[in-house]
Parts: sequence; structure tokens; C-alpha cells
Amino acid sequence: MARIGVYVCHCGTNIAGTVDVAAVRDFAAALPGVVVARDYQYMCSDPGQDLMRKDITQMGLDRVVVASCSPRMHEPTFRRALEGAGLNGYLLEMANIREHVSWVTAGVAAATRKAKALVAGAVRRVALHQPLEERYADVTPQALVVGGGIAGIEAALKIADGGFRVHLVEKEPSIGGQMAKLDKTFPTLDCSACILTPKMVAVAQHPNIVLHTYSEVERVDGFVGNFRVTIRHKARSVDMQKCTGCGTCWSKCPYTAPSEFDEGLGKRKLIYIPFPQAVPNKPVIDRERCVKFRSGKCGACQKLCPTGAIDFTQQDELVEESFGAIIVATGYSLLDPGRGPWGYGRYPNVLTALQLERMINASGPTGGHVQVQDGGTPRAVAILHCIGSRDQNYHEYCSNVCCMYSLKLAHLVKEKTGAEVYNFYIDIRAFGKAYEEFYNRVQNEGVYFIRGKGAEVGSRDGRLLVRCEDTLLGKYREVPVDMVVLSPAMEARPDASHLSQVFGIQRSADGFFLEAHAKLEPLKTATDGVFIAGACQGPKDIPYSVAQGAGAAAEVLRLLSAGRVTISPVVAQVAAEICSGCRACLPICPYNAVSYDEVTKVARVNEALCKGCGTCVAACPSGALSVSHFRTPQVLAQIEEVLAV
Amino acid sequence: MNQDFEPKILGFFCNWCSYAGADLAGVSRLKYPANLRIVRVMCSGRVEPTMVLKAFACGADGVLISGCHPGDCHYQQGNYKTLRRVPLLERTLAQFGIHPARFRLTWISANEGQKLVQVVTEMVEEIKKLGPFPGTRARFPELAPHLSGATVIPGGAIPAPGGATTTVGVPGATLVAGGETHD
Amino acid sequence: MTDTAHGLGAGGPAAGSPGAGAEDEAVQARGKLKLAFFWAAACGGCDVAVLDIHEKILDVAALADIYLWPVAMDFKYKDVEALPDRFLDVAFYNGAVRNSEQEHMAHLLRRKAKTLVAFGSCACFGGIPSLANLFDREEILDWVYGGTFSTENPAGVRPQPRFTAPEGELTLPEFYAGAYRLQDFVPVDYFLPGCPPTPEWILKAVEAIASGNLPPRGAVLALDKTVCDTCPREKTDKKVKEFHRHYEIIPDPERCLLEQGLICMGPATRGGCGALCPSANMPCRGCYGPTREVVDQGAKMLSAVASILDSDDEEEIRLALARIEDPAGTFWRFGMAASLLGGRAFDAGSAPPDRAASATPPAGAGATPPTRAGADVAARGGKK
Repeated sequence: MARIGVYVCHCGTNIAGTVDVAAVRDFAAALPGVVVARDYQYMCSDPGQDLMRKDITQMGLDRVVVASCSPRMHEPTFRRALEGAGLNGYLLEMANIREHVSWVTAGVAAATRKAKALVAGAVRRVALHQPLEERYADVTPQALVVGGGIAGIEAALKIADGGFRVHLVEKEPSIGGQMAKLDKTFPTLDCSACILTPKMVAVAQHPNIVLHTYSEVERVDGFVGNFRVTIRHKARSVDMQKCTGCGTCWSKCPYTAPSEFDEGLGKRKLIYIPFPQAVPNKPVIDRERCVKFRSGKCGACQKLCPTGAIDFTQQDELVEESFGAIIVATGYSLLDPGRGPWGYGRYPNVLTALQLERMINASGPTGGHVQVQDGGTPRAVAILHCIGSRDQNYHEYCSNVCCMYSLKLAHLVKEKTGAEVYNFYIDIRAFGKAYEEFYNRVQNEGVYFIRGKGAEVGSRDGRLLVRCEDTLLGKYREVPVDMVVLSPAMEARPDASHLSQVFGIQRSADGFFLEAHAKLEPLKTATDGVFIAGACQGPKDIPYSVAQGAGAAAEVLRLLSAGRVTISPVVAQVAAEICSGCRACLPICPYNAVSYDEVTKVARVNEALCKGCGTCVAACPSGALSVSHFRTPQVLAQIEEVLAV
Repeated sequence: MNQDFEPKILGFFCNWCSYAGADLAGVSRLKYPANLRIVRVMCSGRVEPTMVLKAFACGADGVLISGCHPGDCHYQQGNYKTLRRVPLLERTLAQFGIHPARFRLTWISANEGQKLVQVVTEMVEEIKKLGPFPGTRARFPELAPHLSGATVIPGGAIPAPGGATTTVGVPGATLVAGGETHD
Repeated sequence: MTDTAHGLGAGGPAAGSPGAGAEDEAVQARGKLKLAFFWAAACGGCDVAVLDIHEKILDVAALADIYLWPVAMDFKYKDVEALPDRFLDVAFYNGAVRNSEQEHMAHLLRRKAKTLVAFGSCACFGGIPSLANLFDREEILDWVYGGTFSTENPAGVRPQPRFTAPEGELTLPEFYAGAYRLQDFVPVDYFLPGCPPTPEWILKAVEAIASGNLPPRGAVLALDKTVCDTCPREKTDKKVKEFHRHYEIIPDPERCLLEQGLICMGPATRGGCGALCPSANMPCRGCYGPTREVVDQGAKMLSAVASILDSDDEEEIRLALARIEDPAGTFWRFGMAASLLGGRAFDAGSAPPDRAASATPPAGAGATPPTRAGADVAARGGKK
């Protein structure tokens, strides 16, 4: 017979305010196998854990039930407490009487009854628990960072500086991300490129960083400490070894295409570097447009290249590498405002904020001149906030950065053109350090603020017309301007769904990657060893992205320096004396952890690959498969007892 | 409808999405009927029809399986296996005389505390209209003196004394005690 | 459970019969085995299976004296009742327990025999007769005494448990609400599954008993592994696109039947039969019951079959699984009494299963559980 101790936590009044903890304690005391039942203010506190440890040693307990908060919160805490008293941590079961009872139930009677039922289930289940030994695996001392924006750059540099090798994978031909496109940054008005490019160069030159640009992660296998990752090097058509970045090819290429970097405002060549400070400073051929690829003619770049680096026959290349940990920092996209009634794509002088950034930038398509399509200087400019953000029709969330960059753009436009600048806003959210001060400064500079969402953009007499309801005046207004700048929502990248599958990251309802815990684990994901940083998790500004990149780097350094990881002992096993090798389980496992042994004619589980989900166990028709800690008799016993109250 | 009747609904919730979603409902202090009792599994793919039938055999008035949304499974594919099992199980439950409203599969993500509230509230309302699940014990009165109804012995066998499984040599064959599960 | 007097004639056990003393054991050690066979709610196949050991029956006859075998020999229950307790060495009980007479005999044989064997799938798991647990007593009586093609019963006569004739009161056994396993009433020492048990295992059992080389009580006399272990068919990773009924395809004789979309219960069924059915191009029906690790054979097989369906599209899944007719009757063909619920519940708003359903192709996607109401009435009406 098991000797079970039951500990009912008050959690201050969080539980005790709704659940009659004394009644639950007395109920538990009478359950079979229960030697002692106690209630206590805070079981997770040191005295609470001491109480439990003392009972284990003095009363010879061999099983413990803690009725408190969610096991997702404190299971590790109480496991350690058990281990402190010499008891295996898996001889613990928690009854979640806070999140699942006291916080969600109205009425003491109903809450107390439900708490009793959960405790009864836990007591019955814990009696069937078996001690399990955690396993350890060595950690490959190398990290992968996916995404070469500011968050990924920061993460890669920190890890590399910490003495570990990092591979940085970037999908575009150059690292730099969205930040590289910005002219100035709010609220300090630092030149974006001036603060970013040194970091990009540092990445390129760091002995611990292996840079894979124009590359994508194809596949991730393995588990924390030992991920096997396949990276696709897309064919650049340029031999990276031979190319010196001299620029002959892109200066001589006779064809052009709209520049992605300039947000379509400028042109680039068909063999090109995305922007002058690109890292690496080596070109790529736009194979979809290149005349050589379309018709076999031209080939000017190849003829003129002094080092013979142009290779039209280059193929995509798959590289496989092992990593101990992964940081995903794949960033965001901007909502396409062409979907809305803001005239984007219809009127040439309706721009996105990012297009205006390029226009303002001295190395941009207009050489830094803010100009309307005919080259003239606008007399009045409207900046429309919340395009697709805080909008039930698009995204419910606030995009976090638009207020501030809209203020910054207002300042820059005013400074450069002297135009009247109108901000159409719902609220100004200037929450960060020195942000409110910047808002005041821009107001003092004479920028107009109209509290009302820019509802529609039309035209009259050759000018653009912004329509809105001014909610301060309580009036419908039409404001004629020469240029409209839209501040579109930041949204999850179109490939977020695909990436979430590749890396095993969950996504929240808004499509962004989901952190393991909203408050306490903002960088971890559902997959151990895979971290997220930056705007792939949600809209963020630069300092926040940098902080996350550094934070994720700390998580990775923690793993890599530890040198080994604990692997959950919750894995599947095969009872070889029962298994008849029917092979129903094989296609069930997404990790290929179950295989068929041709010699013994039974299924076999690779415990290193098994994640313990138990799906194969449910599918096994003979009952030969089981999964530790979620064995059928354990679950059935819990069901029986949970329903008995 | 019997207003006093408080159905017992057993929930099988996957650890990563739905259990976390239920935790979120708690953290957000959302109130929902106390009828749902959640059993945690690592993945909805671990839930066997055996567990659902066991719940009904042990007095559940309703059973709810909840997992990550398709495509968002923590274990990549586990919830699709659940998706495969449920239609066949539903038809079987109908044959076992269990009203369809008593069994439900739903997808609740880690941030859908509100959805949990909605699903539970709906289910409780529907089951209250149906009344308690009668089970089969009362149907088979001849068994009443013999069986607790709760403990089912695997393999249709009674426990061997000592419970151990022993293999005994019989010429040309293996005779094995089928007493107790080894699990 | 106490013994109750049944309409079988004599009352309780013979009074004052000697118990199983040391002297008694010694006598048996020298003498022949004392055996009894009993046929309860079953088709009779188990009794025939005993004869299927052919000339080996002579060996059994040399080894044993038979004290009860209703199908073959003219012993009366009162003869058994007159025996001392624990007089018989082994009683083989075949069939489910469906009425009070069968329950009475279960208790009686338990008392009179040192070893009680649940013989065949019906005694072990309820067998085919326990599929009737999907219906209640009245539905069954309605059908049998009114509904079938062959019933001529214009007066609607029903069996009466008691009838007073001038000569005295006549009684019939009480028809129970369900068909049950032997172990639902008395402790069972050994389980010999199979529909029917194979001659090989019957002989093994008799020889083991004769030699005293017995496994621990509670043992199932069969293999640990499932039928697949002995099935000669070639198996690969199981992925099934569509399911078929047996008459719809001519299966490849070399390949696993389940992989060809036939519901073969082999993976969920204890081996020991030598894979007789799959060897004859016939899917396993599951008569040996589950392995020792399985609580509910039908539920396990249901889970396995659905899991290996190679589709992640909800609509496609429903369509494919709708091709499996009568899941309860397929997966619990031999094990309804051993299932977790034991049979159908009578839930509010749920109608009785439709006897005609198995003859009807699945309707549409099968997106909703089949509606049973009305169909049953119609099926019966059609017979009148």
C-alpha cells in the first residue's frame, strides 16, 4: 500500500477564498493510502516545501499529492522538493485547484466539490506512479539563429562573443532586415544605418559566426541539445569564393527591376546587391527576370566579371548542421494597405510609411527629397495611423510602433519640406522612455493632430482628400493634402505558418509565434531549445527587439555552457513479449521514433527521438506500447476517481 | 429539465494548448460551470476510445476531448490522429446508446480561455436538457451483486493470486497468466 | 450470491457431502480425472470442438470420467448436485450466462469442481450472444416471438416463467437482461478462449490438468502475442486509404488483410488459434479476446483502425470511416459483455440500434451519428 501525503495549498486567498481547503484536507485524509493530509498558506514557499520534506522523511511517505496551482506552474518546484527528501520527483501528482477551480468557479460548495474530485483523482493516480529517471544528453556546442534582422544579429553577436559558434541564416541576399530600410530611429533620431551597419559588419567578420544568406531552413530534426538542421542555400548564380564584390557586374547589367529594398520606389539591376551596405557585399542574380535565364541571351555580367565568379548553372545546395539550440527571429511583414479604402495603389501619392522612410533617406531613390510624383514638394502631408491595426476588419491588436514612427516621420517631413503635416490618430501611444517627450516636441513643431481615424482617401481637384470623423470636434472632416502616408499594421509573415511547423512553434490567434508563457517565458517556445526573439512574436520596436535578441542569446548560452540537457523521462516503451509487429504504430509517430526491428520482429522506440506524446500508444491495438507517466492504468484510475465525487 | 442536476463532464485536455488554455481561463478569472473536470494528457493523440468509454462507465454525463488546433499540435500531428478516431468513436457511442451531445471534440489553444468557457457552458446546458447519463449498471441488474462496475479487469481475466504474470512451461505451448495488466 | 431454487427440480447441494479433504485428494491422485462439461448460452460449437480432438478423445476417455455432459450423456443436474463439493477435478463451462438456470449451474459447478474453466469465447468474454446486450429484454422478446420471418405467433404468446398446470407448477428459467461472462458470477480458474477453442489447446489444457503442470489461476490458455505474430501474411507500415467489407474485394493472399482495407481484428486479438482465419483469406474476428495489457479489445481496435487511416482531412476521414458498417458489432463481436459498458445504455433521446442498418449502405458522409429512430419499427413491420 502506498503511503501518500496530501498538501492542500491556500495560495493566500487565491484558493482558500473560494475552496473550503479544510474540507478538502479532511476529505483527502480519508482516502485510501493517504497517511497525512495538510493544508498550508503557500505550499510553494520554503516553509511549505519544508513541511512536505519533513513528512516524507519522518512519516515515510512514498507518494505526494499537492493540490495547488497548475502543474504547468509549479510541478518542477515540487518535484525538486520531493527529490530534496530523497523521493523520486515523479512520485508527485498535482491537483490543479487554482486555475481549474478557485479562479473559475462561482460558489464555495461547487468549487470545493470539484477540488475534492480532482484531489481524489490525483491520490488514486499517484499510487500508481513509478519513479522515473531523467536522462541527459550532450549539447552540440553550436547555435542556429534564423533571421538576420536586428534581433537575430544581436543574438548571433552575443552568442559568438560568448565563445560559441553560431550559424546565422537569412532568407534575403543580405542581412539587416527591416531596420536597414529606416532612415532615422525614434525618439533619438539616430541614423538607422549608422547604428546598424557596424553590427552587420561585425557579424560578417566575427570568427565564431557562419553566415548563410539567401538561405532558408528546410528541415529540423532532433531535440534540444541535438537538432539536425537542413539549410538550403538558394542558388545565387555567383560563386561566393571567387566574387570580390567589385561591382562590375551590377554596374554593367543592362536591365532593371523595382527595388525591394526601396519598397518599389527605385530600381535595381537584375544582378544586384540589395543596398550599398549589404552584408555580404556580393550580388545575386534575379533568376526570374534575368534575360540570360529567360532567353539565354545577354550574359554581360559573366563576360565582364574579372574573377569568373558568375555561374549560371549553380544549383540550390542543401547543408546539414547540428545545433544545440535555435533562435527564431524571422520578423514581421507589413499589412498590404491596398486591401483598404486608403487609396493605396490607386493614387500615386499615397505611400506607406516604409516608402517614405526610403524617400527621406539620403541614399534612397529620390536622394532624400520628399516629393510627390511630379517631383514637386508637397504642401500638405497626411499621416494615417492604425492602418489595419486596432481594427476589427484587419487586426485587433495595436502594432505598437506606428504612433512613434508616425511622429518621427511627421518631424522629418516638416523639417525637410516645411509642409503642413496632419496626423490622423485614434490615441497616441507614447509609452516608452523619452517617447512622450518626443510627442510633445513634435506637437510644438506645429504638426497637426486630428483625433480620428483616417477612414478613406479620395481625391478632389487634383489633390488627395482624407476623410475622417474628428472625435474631438465631433465632426466629419475632409482634409486636402498632397501626400498621404499610411502606417500599416505589423503582421505575422506569410510564411509564419510554415515556419511554425518546421520549428515546432505554436502561434497565437493573431498569427505571431507564441511564447511558452506570456509573462515569465517570453523567449521560450513549446519546443525545448527553440527560442524566439523580435517581431516574429508580435509587433516590437528596435530596443525591445534588441533586448529580446540578447535575452534569447542568454537562454542559448545557458544551454550551451551547461553542456548537457535533461530529457524528460516521459517516453514510450514496447513490451516485446506482447508486440506482434503489426506495424500499426509506425506511421503514427511524427518523429520516426518508432521503428520495426526485422530481427526480433517487434516495434522499437528510440527514446532519444520520442517526445512522449503517447499517440502511438493510443493506436497500438495489442497494448504493447505504453508511455511512462501516462500509462493506461494510471489514467483510467484517475478517471474512475475524478468521477466518483 | 432537472435544474438540480449537475452533470459531471470529464475533459481530456492536451498539456500544451488546451490545458494551458484552461489555465489561462483561470488566470483571467473567467467563470464557467464547475461541471468540467480535466484530466491532463500530453497530447490529445494520447486519448484512447478506451478512456472515453471508461469515463461513461464510471458515471460521466459527458466527455470532452480538447487539443491544439489542427496544424498547431505541439507534437506536429497528434491531434490529427484524434481527428481520425473521433468520427468512428461517435458512431460507436451512438450504438452504445449514448446521446451525441454527451461527447465532443474541440480545439482550444493556449490563449483561448474564452472558448473554453463557451464550450463548457454550451455542453453543460445541452446535457442538463438530456438529464443524467443512465449508464448500464442499472440495465443489468443481475450483475449488481457481483460487480462494483468500476474495476474492469483487463483481458477478461480475474487477477491471479499475487497478481504476477507467470509463464509456465507446457509441452509445446506457453501458458500465461492473464491476471493483471503489467502497465 | 446465494443459491436460489430454480425450476430445475431439485433444490440445493447434497447435504453432508464430504469436503475436499486430504483423503479426497489422495483418492484422486490415484484415480481418473473427474470432468464435467456444461453448455450455457452458446451455439454448441464448443461441445463439438471437444469432439474435434477426434481419436484423442479416447486418450481423454482413458484419463477421465465424465460426470456431466448434457449434449452427449444423460446426467441430470440433481446427479451433480448430489456430488460432494470439490468432487470434480475440472468443469468446462461454455457459453455466456443469459438466464437463471445458467447462473445456477455456474454456481453449482464452481462448488463441485476444484477447477473451473471458462471454455470458449462466450464464457470468457460474452461472445456473440452478448451482442444482444445492444438490445434490451423486451426488444429481444418482441423480435424472437413476433418480429422474425419464421415466427407464427398471432396470439402473441410469450414464455411464462411460471405456469400452474393441474399436475402442479411448472417453471422456466428467468431470461436475464443481458448476456454475461462466467466470471461475472463466479471466480474462474482458467480461460480457454476461441470460437471455438482449438483442439490443440483443449488437449494441452487436459494434459496440463492431468499432469498437474498448471499455470497460475486466472491464466488465459493462449499466447501472449496477438494473431499477427503467427499470421503468415506480409506486413508493412500500416496506412489505409479506404476500408472494404469482406465481400467487396478479393484480397491479395500474401498481404496483410488490414493493410488491404479489411477489418482484421488480428492485431488486437490474442494469438493461439494459429491464425486460422487469415490463413484462409478471412479477416480475424477477434474470438480470442484481447491481450493481457488491454482493458477493452473493441475500443483498442477501433482506435488502431482509425489511427492508420491515411488522411488528415476531416471530411475524407468521415467518409472513409463511414465504410465501416456496425462498429460495435465489428469491434466487440466477441466481447460485448467484457466491454467497459457491457452493452447499450438507454440514454434520453437515443433510439434502439437498427437491425436493418447493416443492410443499408452508409448514407452520405456519415457526418452525424446514424439516426436509429423509426428504422427498427419499419424493419419489424416489414415481416408481418
